[in-house]
Amino acid sequence: MCLALPAQVVEKRDGDEAIVNLGGVRKAVSLALVPEAEIGDYVIVHVGHAIGLLDRDEAEKTLALFAELDAAQAAEAALTTGGAAT
Amino acid sequence: MKYIDEFRDGAIARQLGERIHAEAHPDRVYRFMEFCGGHTHALSRYGVTELLPPQVQMIHGPGCPVCVLPIGRIDLAIRLALERGAIVCTYGDTMRVPASDGLSLIKAKARGGDIRMVYSAADALKTAQAHPDREVVFFAIGFETTTPPTALVVQQAERLGVKNFSVLCCHVLTPAAVTHILAAPDAEQHGKVELDGFIGPAHVSIVIGSDPYVPFAEGWHKPVVIAGFEPLDVMQAILMLVRQVNEGRAEVENEFTRAVTPKGNVAAQKVMDEVFEVRDSFEWRGLGVVPHSALKLRERYAAFDAERRFDLHYQPVPDHKACECGAILRGVKRPTDCKLFGNVCTPDNPVGSCMVSSEGACAAHYSYGRFRDIPIVPAAPQARAA
Repeated sequence: MCLALPAQVVEKRDGDEAIVNLGGVRKAVSLALVPEAEIGDYVIVHVGHAIGLLDRDEAEKTLALFAELDAAQAAEAALTTGGAAT
Repeated sequence: MKYIDEFRDGAIARQLGERIHAEAHPDRVYRFMEFCGGHTHALSRYGVTELLPPQVQMIHGPGCPVCVLPIGRIDLAIRLALERGAIVCTYGDTMRVPASDGLSLIKAKARGGDIRMVYSAADALKTAQAHPDREVVFFAIGFETTTPPTALVVQQAERLGVKNFSVLCCHVLTPAAVTHILAAPDAEQHGKVELDGFIGPAHVSIVIGSDPYVPFAEGWHKPVVIAGFEPLDVMQAILMLVRQVNEGRAEVENEFTRAVTPKGNVAAQKVMDEVFEVRDSFEWRGLGVVPHSALKLRERYAAFDAERRFDLHYQPVPDHKACECGAILRGVKRPTDCKLFGNVCTPDNPVGSCMVSSEGACAAHYSYGRFRDIPIVPAAPQARAA
């Protein structure tokens, strides 16, 4: 029911209508709830309406957080295996 | 696909799992409720539960709109189609929810009711415009995510002067349901579930923002972490909840900052407020009557309110006696505690609402988790051929 996915706005049409692209699938949706969305923006689409904008910077920050975890765990592993290799 | 696949990386998921194992104290239990069916689905589908230590327990909440829709409401929609000759439009997953007399919307359609599945509320309005000689009712369900599109369509119908369109409004409110679970007013009857925190809804929070959860953190001292619906989102949220519990904190944290802000989508809130007002009370499947937990159309839009237009009166209908959906939605029982699970009640033939939607706790466990219940035993050594 809550299926909603990020899709990119590729075309704005008359009124509130826009065409979004999700992995090659193009669909007409309403931008009435996110009138500030521009071509190139990612919007979260639910039941034919964009309900919010996706902030690319924040998405990258979240992904970077996972990457930090990766680095931290690698460092921890290096410590526990000891400096014998050096 | 952009901003989807990146949040499904298996290697990072394993690392997050290891981090949760490392930080969760072995001598205490962490009970977290995922309010949304979307999270329930993600936990089951991607096997997230397998990556969690045994002391971190996930409890399903009532956040699937299909699961909490009471039988009496579906009966109203069915009667509109079968007895009043209306065209009833609704979202696909509402179609199969069991109702009274062995019916569901899809079975009522087979009996001749003009019931149509729509992708969007706007499609329901288009149906009304295409059939000016018929009454068209949009059977509107869902939390705050689906509500703004319904509100928009009501305003549009008024603007366009569409006279044969109305809405049977069953939109419900998330904060009211969370309050109800925390207050557990009927704990004596159903048992109370102890909770250490919540994974807050993803898409609902895009609309309402993160601020409405502050009372749960401050007033009830329950940590809330809002999370997206991808597996890494859910695991990161669990890690953040474990940390809050370990540090004795109870705050609202936002893992889903790429889409959720503190104030939410103000334009969407405005259109909702213009069209709807809070009902005094509303019956939820599994939770019973919850005060101030649902919406109805404002007086100004009375012409588009199907309940007034057709003079409908809600009649509560009890669930199937053996169905445990109520207790499962409260987090008191698990799908496998239900006698009907997996034998009488399956996704092909759901008895209870939790088996209908793929986001329901029972359907999620049936589809992705039920083989986990079977213990793995080493195969007996094969007798060597002489």
